[in-house]
Amino acid sequence: MAKRTSKRATLVETAVLVPLDWVDERTAGVRATKWFLFRHVPRDVSWAQTLGSATLTAFIVQTLTGVILAMYYTPDPRTAYQSIEHITNELTLGWLVRGMHRWGASVFIILLFLHMGRVFLFGAYKYPRELTWITGVLILATGMLLGFTGYLLPWDQTAYWATVVGINLNGTAPFAGPWLAQFLASGPEIGADTLAKWYALHMLVLPGAIIALIGVHIYLVTRLGVSSPPWSSEQAGRERPVVQPTGARTGLVRGGGGAE
Amino acid sequence: MSEPGHDTPHVPGPSLWPIGFAIGVACLLLGLVLSWIVAAIGAVLAVGFGLLWARDVTRDVRGEVPEIEPETRAVADEAAAVAAPAAAAPPPTYSRSRFLEATTLGLGAAIGGVLTLPVLGFMVLPSFTNVEEDEIDLGPIENFDKGEYVIASYLALPERGEVSRRTAFVRNNGFAESGDPSFTILYSRCVHLGCPVQPNGPIDEAAKKEVDGVELRPVLAQSFGCPCHGGLYDAEGNRTAGPPVRSMDRYTFSIRNGRLILGELYAVGNVSGTGANATISKYPWSTPGTHVDGLEAWLYPIVPSQVTG
Repeated sequence: MAKRTSKRATLVETAVLVPLDWVDERTAGVRATKWFLFRHVPRDVSWAQTLGSATLTAFIVQTLTGVILAMYYTPDPRTAYQSIEHITNELTLGWLVRGMHRWGASVFIILLFLHMGRVFLFGAYKYPRELTWITGVLILATGMLLGFTGYLLPWDQTAYWATVVGINLNGTAPFAGPWLAQFLASGPEIGADTLAKWYALHMLVLPGAIIALIGVHIYLVTRLGVSSPPWSSEQAGRERPVVQPTGARTGLVRGGGGAE
Repeated sequence: MSEPGHDTPHVPGPSLWPIGFAIGVACLLLGLVLSWIVAAIGAVLAVGFGLLWARDVTRDVRGEVPEIEPETRAVADEAAAVAAPAAAAPPPTYSRSRFLEATTLGLGAAIGGVLTLPVLGFMVLPSFTNVEEDEIDLGPIENFDKGEYVIASYLALPERGEVSRRTAFVRNNGFAESGDPSFTILYSRCVHLGCPVQPNGPIDEAAKKEVDGVELRPVLAQSFGCPCHGGLYDAEGNRTAGPPVRSMDRYTFSIRNGRLILGELYAVGNVSGTGANATISKYPWSTPGTHVDGLEAWLYPIVPSQVTG
């Protein structure tokens, strides 16, 4: 087509596409974004398959509200409870952000379980998505640890005694239990260093772990594709390789003559 | 897309034995709560069905010797590469690139270890080493009437504040047969999961005393109860009901210049007899919920207080 390029097209070309090309040439970022966003999805997906995104949204809410709460909270045994009262009762909209974080924690865990139930009932954990399931289970475990460590931070009677019970429950595990309990409590009993330790776990260690796991999880979802529902007539995701009559396992890892 | 082998069915054939195995495990866990007979039946079921399951699953594999290609690479002797002088190693077996590979890995591991170990140590060790608490002076022993419990509440580490508040139940038993004064001093934390045990009786708030920062409140109680999960103890701290696994923890004590001094905590398996004539089976302190005597104590062979004192 020998169409003359309009002024407008030239403008778009120089203002948007050229910089994007420049970035993509150096980072492959545009290609990666396209790979991530523009995927084949089975025609008959349903609302049930949005539970994973919903869980991710709940997690993002937790991250943002948590970061903001950390700006006002003090993890010191003498002042922690006062800082919580300060956030809730005095700071503008503090009640809202703390409430979002507090209730959002439950929402996150509930959505995790619903998402897990959907994947289980749809059989979406089967080949080739086994590792997606396993990373998901690790996300669930890390999420529960986040709940456990976050519960202490309000530093009121409920938080304190629930955590005493939680620590001592860990303490009843055979062999390593008493050691684990003493590590978690920073001594034989909850003491002055416990709150800061749990704050660090809740703020730094566990979020780092869960964000890394979510990254792997989403990469796997993108790579392997969305599975179709069990009642679907069409196959989704990656094509299954051609069945080899020999049934040998060679080529599973190193490739035994297969050409892609 | 023609990688071979992906789609060969490498799942084992269907087997019904896992159901029996699951029932056995469930039975075993139930038995831990109900009775050992149920647990034994569960164990037998679980082991039996587990073996049948294993036989089912491995049916295809058994009898076939898998063909394994022998490893032909020369095994790198890393320790020699890093530590021993080059002359000591036999020259022909070691190429330059292998040496560099081993050196990089070895040096990297050494640097990583030197950096990581102290940091990990700092993360873990203070929980086990910096745990000593001072002796607590509860004041003159005249404040403790004979045969009556007193709730003593004190700060174990006054400079760390309220977080170090502890509570003891102190009963003056008069004099033992040896002529020494006898006290029963129970630690208020439940040996189920560490909740604050309460004396079952009226507290005499009018007789409340404050002695050198220690709060003393007499209470008419012949038993103790835990609000969290309903553990009950008698006046000697023996379990009478509920989930606790041993008797209430006690303090060692000494009397100096007529004042009652609390020492360290210890765990109690059981107390027979009462008051000054009690026989106490004494063990190093351990986490609430852990057994100190009986068969289950084998699950906790080494507890931190045995190591750190």
